[in-house]
Amino acid sequence: MGPVRTALDAMARRWAGMPRGARVALVVLLAAFFYVLPLVRPPVVTTQQIDFGGVMFGIAAFALVAVGLNIVIGYAGLLDLGYVGFYAVGAYTTGVLTSYQFHWSFFAALPVAIVVTMITGVLLGAPTLRVRGDYLAIVTLGFGEIIRLAVTNVEWVGAAAGIKDIPHPPNIGPDPEPPFGTGGLFTIPSLSWDGLVPSVDTGRETPFLVFGAVSAIPYYWLVLTVLILVLVADRLVKDSRVGRAWEATREDEDAAELMGVPTFRFKLLAFALGAAIGGLSGALYASSQGGYINPQSFPLLLSILFVAAVIVGGAGNRWGAVLGGALVAYLPERFREFSDFRLLVFGLALMILPVYRPQGLLPPRRTIRARAAQEEIDELEGRESAQKEVL
Amino acid sequence: MDFSFLANNIVELTVTGLALGAIYALVALGYTMVYGVLQLINFAHSEVFMYGTFAVAWVFVFVHGRTPSTQTLGETIGLLLLSLVAAMVVSALIAMLLERVAYRPLLKRKAPRLMALISAIGASFALAELMGLRDRVAGWVGLRDDLDAYVAKARDTYSNPVTIQPQTLFEVGGYGVKDVDVMVILASLFMMLALDQFVRRTRFGRGMRAVAQDPESAALMGVNSTRIIRGTFILGGLMAGAAATLYMVKIGSTRQDAGFILGVKAFTAAVLGGIGNLRGALVGGLLLGVSENYGAALFGTEWKDVVAFVLLILILLVRPSGLLGESLGKARA
Amino acid sequence: MNRSTRMWHLGALAMATSLALAACGSSESDGAASGDNAAADCQEQNLAFLGALTGDAGALGVNMVNGIKLAVEEYNADAECPVGLKEFDSQGSPDKAPALATQIVGDDTIIGLVGPGFSGESLATGKTFFESGVPTISPSATNVTITDQGWTTWHRIIGNDQAQGEADARYLLDTVGATKVFVIDDAQDYSKGLSGVVREGLGDAEVGYDQIQVKQTDMSSVVTKVTSSDADAVFYGGYYTEAGLLAKQLRQAGWEGTFMSGDGSQDPAFVEVAGEAAEGAVLSAPAAPAPEDFAARVEESTGSAAGLYTTQSYDAANIFFAALESGATDAQAINEFIGSYEGEGVSGPISFDDKGDIETSTIYAYMVTGGELDLENPTPIE
Repeated sequence: MGPVRTALDAMARRWAGMPRGARVALVVLLAAFFYVLPLVRPPVVTTQQIDFGGVMFGIAAFALVAVGLNIVIGYAGLLDLGYVGFYAVGAYTTGVLTSYQFHWSFFAALPVAIVVTMITGVLLGAPTLRVRGDYLAIVTLGFGEIIRLAVTNVEWVGAAAGIKDIPHPPNIGPDPEPPFGTGGLFTIPSLSWDGLVPSVDTGRETPFLVFGAVSAIPYYWLVLTVLILVLVADRLVKDSRVGRAWEATREDEDAAELMGVPTFRFKLLAFALGAAIGGLSGALYASSQGGYINPQSFPLLLSILFVAAVIVGGAGNRWGAVLGGALVAYLPERFREFSDFRLLVFGLALMILPVYRPQGLLPPRRTIRARAAQEEIDELEGRESAQKEVL
Repeated sequence: MDFSFLANNIVELTVTGLALGAIYALVALGYTMVYGVLQLINFAHSEVFMYGTFAVAWVFVFVHGRTPSTQTLGETIGLLLLSLVAAMVVSALIAMLLERVAYRPLLKRKAPRLMALISAIGASFALAELMGLRDRVAGWVGLRDDLDAYVAKARDTYSNPVTIQPQTLFEVGGYGVKDVDVMVILASLFMMLALDQFVRRTRFGRGMRAVAQDPESAALMGVNSTRIIRGTFILGGLMAGAAATLYMVKIGSTRQDAGFILGVKAFTAAVLGGIGNLRGALVGGLLLGVSENYGAALFGTEWKDVVAFVLLILILLVRPSGLLGESLGKARA
Repeated sequence: MNRSTRMWHLGALAMATSLALAACGSSESDGAASGDNAAADCQEQNLAFLGALTGDAGALGVNMVNGIKLAVEEYNADAECPVGLKEFDSQGSPDKAPALATQIVGDDTIIGLVGPGFSGESLATGKTFFESGVPTISPSATNVTITDQGWTTWHRIIGNDQAQGEADARYLLDTVGATKVFVIDDAQDYSKGLSGVVREGLGDAEVGYDQIQVKQTDMSSVVTKVTSSDADAVFYGGYYTEAGLLAKQLRQAGWEGTFMSGDGSQDPAFVEVAGEAAEGAVLSAPAAPAPEDFAARVEESTGSAAGLYTTQSYDAANIFFAALESGATDAQAINEFIGSYEGEGVSGPISFDDKGDIETSTIYAYMVTGGELDLENPTPIE
């Protein structure tokens, strides 16, 4: 574990030391890489028992959720154990508007779903954010359960049967005509690999750009695009006055309040923004490949996995959230052959990780700096660093 | 809303609600004590309880075999005492293990509290899965066939072979109060009273309260906080073991995920009463059990959890730190 | 600049090279035969199973796979070309199912699918299988609306909730002679559908209705409702764990009426959970008892006992094998074969109507007597 940790830290440090132009170029390259990843299907990485495009969709969606929850947990320091509630509100708003009660188009429903979720966030947050600390955890957990039970029992939103035939986003190019007309402007083949030798696999073609029932890759591209936009927005907000206010509130609420930061209002803002992103990802999920949602898709356990993703990745660092979300979604699918032992191994990993990486995989830069400073002090004082002893 | 139904059956709904609430309360004690001392949500406490329920069922299977039978509470009492001991021992051991494996290494490294929560979540998954894979585990050590009665169909519901047939003890308002419910309520009250006295009167209890109030000063005063923390986990485990026995008397079946839902309820009860407060756990648990039953009677059973959580949110709005609100450290000596 | 950028250059170069290589490579390099004893002119062919193998409902999926495994083993014993089985574990979740469906659709060796296991998965994947023409036969998804979607590749080998619910209501009124029936379900899609039909059939005889939650263990509020309604029968729509707990807690409260439930509870595990309180319970199922030696064959082949949906899965797999034996090779021919199939399976007579529903499904009432679920002598409900 030692080398991994050092490598991760070194990477983070080197990143911080790079010139701006190089960083932008790297990010663009990285993004391009992720766009083509499900088509390239590189060996080892590609999941064997489950469609890789579908897994990548799941990864991107999970990362998006984690970025949203990171605002609540990482930036504002509010432990939210009911984030799945917002995800469900977004998904159900979309389902009800586009299919179950009304017949709006996907892009008409999407902003409404985001706004509705945001309002839900404010409605929940306004009274409960005055409750401090861990009480908030149980209140949000209760909220998540209330939403799940409500959609299970209210006929107007489909009750236990859920909502089916949720329309997909509109296609670009001609519509497909099953079973032979694939539709779209053109089709993109993917690669298959024999050892390290790639070849073009014409059996797996992705029509550009058809949101159908057969391929998950267009949905992946859509979510990835949304994720990138959200990451940019997240950066703008974090580096603004709002971000600093969150940081101050998280570190010492009383001190922040004394310095004139209206902490309650900023906490509420974090809650609402986080909720909006949760709703956004819920809406995207609802209109994805299956086009079907039911209450069982929103269990309490999912909230807990969301929280695990954010903290494992490194609460407070948007890239940590992306990484954590991606890992939590990817690893169980990659290691499906261990089917029965997946959860056991996942649980053990969650136990081991904090021991070796108490700040998460990619801690925020501030935490790294703080630790470096601490180590320096320790060294000056001639103390053996506690961290070194461990490794 | 069916008020007349609630009114007509108020005694029955109250008694059965109290019995369930008493079990919530016993489990809630584990959450509340660990939170009081460490400010940590011990997410894996639900599994401590779940292992206790299996210990009870295993004792019964060991004595009776797998053939189902029905007995009265009186006939079963001896066996219940035996399984109570077994469940308390098993739960306490699991709690001790948790402290050793999932928490102490983190405390040593001064990991942030959220990371400790993740470790607890991980431990909870791992423990529950281990129980769900117990047939495989038995296979690894070559005992799969010998232990068949204990490990077969590991992911299915595992039932106590002895169903306890309750007898009417006395009548109140036309409802015959059952001996099982009375026993569950009295036994948990007794356990809680004993714990309360233990924390108030003994040296260990004083140490616990000292660590809860201010760990650093406590350490300066010579309190061995490692020992106190371990002891707190064990106490929570003992209570969870007792709760598991009572649960198996009332419900009689368990499975590897039985802890999760009950754990959420118990944690809710702990917060409802004021987390960190032992008497709060009792009040919270009983209130939760009864209000669930009333809620189910009024709105339909499908809404009972909604009623419970709405009640929680409302109470926290009025009393932001729970009904009794006092922390463990501030409890009077 | 530093080392990491150089590594990126290398990476980009490698990527470009592999893309160039890709143009020259051939795409038919992965069609190798699988088994050692496979005849030379045999293509690899597989059945797929999609359903829960792990997670809460994992036991049901394992029951299904056991049935398929037995069918595969028996077929391969004297088949020219062996057929394999690929299992896809959805964990019972409609979220995982679409990606698994895409994988199945993209796998050319798969000739057909036994599944999906549950109604939710079926609704989330039906379109994927339909649009890419993979024939499917579900052994267990009973929701009425699935076959209304117009998916011509979708079949089920089990009577839907409509037929069973109507029969159950008749049984309660005519055979049991109940005049006051309390109906309960677990608010799941399957359960609510079933109990809804039962309630319709009962009409005035329904004295109360309540919903519990899946995984609920304490039934005291429902029990109070049942006892105070003076019901002489309870119908429960749901699965065996909750059914068992409900039956047990009703008896503990001194209730003495008839307890009835549907196919979700028709499993020996119901008796285990309910203990002696299961005595006299009636569990309906849209399936005839399996032939006497079937359970023994399952046990011998897979090492575990036959359970709920094992017979249906066995039959579903055998329909695909019958299609292969008839010479059908491509998906369309197999699908047409299934549509016109008529035969006698271990679960009863099988043929499909044009929606994909099983044509004749007799509902049987299974009793719990002498401390166990009597799987051999059910009463057909007229």
